[in-house]
Amino acid sequence: MVVSQEQLTKQFNAYVADDKKIEPKDWMPDAYRKTLVRQISQHAHSEIIGMLPEGAWITRAPSLKRKAILLAKVQDEAGHGLYLYSACETLGVERDDLVADLLSGKAKYSSIFNYPSKTWADIGAIGWLVDGAAIMNQVPLCRCSYGPYARAMVRVCKEESFHQRQGYTIMMELMKGTKEQRDMAQDALNRWWWPSLMMFGPSDKDSKHSAQSMSWNIKRFSNDELRQRMVDMTVPQAELIGLKIPDPDLKWNEKKGGYDFGEINWDEFYEVIAGNGPCNEERLEARNKAHDDGEWVRKAAMAYAEKH
Amino acid sequence: MTNIQFRETLIRLGDDSLILAQRLAEWCGHAPILEEDIALTNIALDLLGRAQNYLKLAGELFDPVKSDDDLAYHRDAGEFRNLLLLEQPNGHFGDTICRQFLFDYFSLLRAEHLSSQTVNEYVAAIAAKAVKEIRYHAYYSSKWIKRLGDGTAESHDKIQGSLDNLWKYTHEMFAVDDFDRASIEAGLLPELSELKQVWAKRVGEVISEATLTIPSNPNMEIGGRQGEHTPHLAVMLEEMQVLPRTYPGTTW
Repeated sequence: MVVSQEQLTKQFNAYVADDKKIEPKDWMPDAYRKTLVRQISQHAHSEIIGMLPEGAWITRAPSLKRKAILLAKVQDEAGHGLYLYSACETLGVERDDLVADLLSGKAKYSSIFNYPSKTWADIGAIGWLVDGAAIMNQVPLCRCSYGPYARAMVRVCKEESFHQRQGYTIMMELMKGTKEQRDMAQDALNRWWWPSLMMFGPSDKDSKHSAQSMSWNIKRFSNDELRQRMVDMTVPQAELIGLKIPDPDLKWNEKKGGYDFGEINWDEFYEVIAGNGPCNEERLEARNKAHDDGEWVRKAAMAYAEKH
Repeated sequence: MTNIQFRETLIRLGDDSLILAQRLAEWCGHAPILEEDIALTNIALDLLGRAQNYLKLAGELFDPVKSDDDLAYHRDAGEFRNLLLLEQPNGHFGDTICRQFLFDYFSLLRAEHLSSQTVNEYVAAIAAKAVKEIRYHAYYSSKWIKRLGDGTAESHDKIQGSLDNLWKYTHEMFAVDDFDRASIEAGLLPELSELKQVWAKRVGEVISEATLTIPSNPNMEIGGRQGEHTPHLAVMLEEMQVLPRTYPGTTW
């Protein structure tokens, strides 16, 4: 029996609408596959590039305990990168090709990692805010319609919640410290607050992939909904330890049961995406150097495997 | 063995682990393959945990008591007692693997003895955990020695170069000074000269399987156990200790 493309699409849509999981061998529309490859690989790249700003502070961590925690945390990100590349490979692409696109600058990754980690407090701010925003984005992905991605996200989210806590603990510790330490924490919040809110992507009215992803059950909540949740969750956490959110327009809105907050600088957002952020070049250079320096090692491993 | 002698042995054990952990941590985010990034940080984490355990124990023998962080962050290079081998820069991946391999086989033999001695039960407990970890580390580093040695002509030359450069630091693992002598006589440390033969045999087997050769009679360098280090250590410590030293009296 020949089944037409239209019938398959219809069945697929009904299946997804019924909240069932699509598995690698199931039929899926090309656009669905393409969307997933783009999203999962960008996610994987973000984990790998995301190792760099925090990795830069492992050797300078101010106590052995913090060093061990940070080392384990950054290692987790490498692990997330691995699961996600593997989840992506179930869609018929090769990790090497995905990595090549990252290294050439063709593939995108989360723009947040194009900001520098200037002080130890940035490690606190990254864990607290960046991992916090990541959790907000990723918890709904545990219910995403594509099985391998959803399952990978379950583990990733568990680890991310530890990461967020370690970041917040660093900030808490700094706020209990000297004036210099408190200033360091406030300065880090000032620099990371807005970029963290940008992590949810453009406003719903400007988000080109959102509607389709929502209908495929890849995305469950809109960018603006998630951003609002992030603000509502984070403001009391900042207040608790005496940090001030750098937004003069921030105020509680009784009617909506959430905070009103200021307008994001979207020009900056698009500039950083376009490659003009403070560290875009540095990040890609670091990845390219690691890749090029490791070429002889990978060749040796291949040659040895063929011989033995 | 006096308390001071015991403390010195603990510091040597702790510093070996700490300095190598710090070096390996520099790889995080920069390894040749994602899987190796994870492997190297795993080894670094094992070593860091061990360093904390040994240094805490050593710290208790000071008056007033010192913490592991006091010892890690508030000593200068001349007060560190690690092997010179372990402070050598990472170099390329082969240099890092070679340093790891030469140390792992020594560290395993030493930890096996430490785990079975009955002089101090805390040391035995730390070492018992270490034995399990180092078995894996030695498996990992020796596999890479073989892959690189018997991989391509380029990798063979590179790893042979690493071996040629680092071999001169191997004698120090087995050199015995008065502190070591006291610990050996007490039964805490193994007879290091006997360990050397077992080490040489095991390391030699891997090296020949990897189609590499042991450099002939380079001038051996020692001094780490007495605080006479290569310049690399001070540079490494300057980075490692920057925060606690810039902001004295703070907690993080």
